[in-house]
Amino acid sequence: MSVARNHPAWWAFMVHRVTGIALALFLPAHFWLLASALEGEAALENKLRWTEQPLVIAGEWLLVIALAAHLAGGLRVLALEFLPWRDWQKTLAALAAGFALAAGLAFALAR
Amino acid sequence: MSARFQARLWVAQRVTAMILAFCVVVHLATIILAVRGGLTAAEILARTQGSMAWGAFYATFVVAVAIHGGIGLRTIGIEWLGMGRAAGWVAALVSASLVVLGLRAVVAVVA
Repeated sequence: MSVARNHPAWWAFMVHRVTGIALALFLPAHFWLLASALEGEAALENKLRWTEQPLVIAGEWLLVIALAAHLAGGLRVLALEFLPWRDWQKTLAALAAGFALAAGLAFALAR
Repeated sequence: MSARFQARLWVAQRVTAMILAFCVVVHLATIILAVRGGLTAAEILARTQGSMAWGAFYATFVVAVAIHGGIGLRTIGIEWLGMGRAAGWVAALVSASLVVLGLRAVVAVVA
């Protein structure tokens, strides 16, 4: 592994980018499922029952973590760009990871 | 690609990021509360149907995410896929599609 990649800032960048792609790919499916309510409550309920499969729930869990990680990583970027906090990069990256994990665990425990 | 256009995209990406930071915190809290004891169409629609507040919130969320996602995918198209100018057109198409699909979903659960 190169020196550049063995750095928290590189991992923060890569996690932000990969989670962003995952969320962008998920959104059309999310909107499509919700739009089934146009055909009535039963149609939406029918699709929601489909989401109760273990693999789908695992996917949802990963998406919640991805959303929390992308949020935390984005706040990190905004803080680095708009606040004079450059020395705090590692702390911010750690907080971002911690927040993402906490949100994911909360979802896993609640579902 | 003019420097002014690049700067505008940068500003749009940061402004939408700030809007999305608020929206995602509300969305994560809603997800974690909503999935407690299972997710039903009746439960979702009872919260959203006829609610101007949820309608305005989700419409703002959709437009912000469409702009933010489009600009993010454009950057990835240029940096990782070597798409050049085509990345901008693909991203614009993705943004427009997300607005249409997303607002359709908002109408489905609010109207």
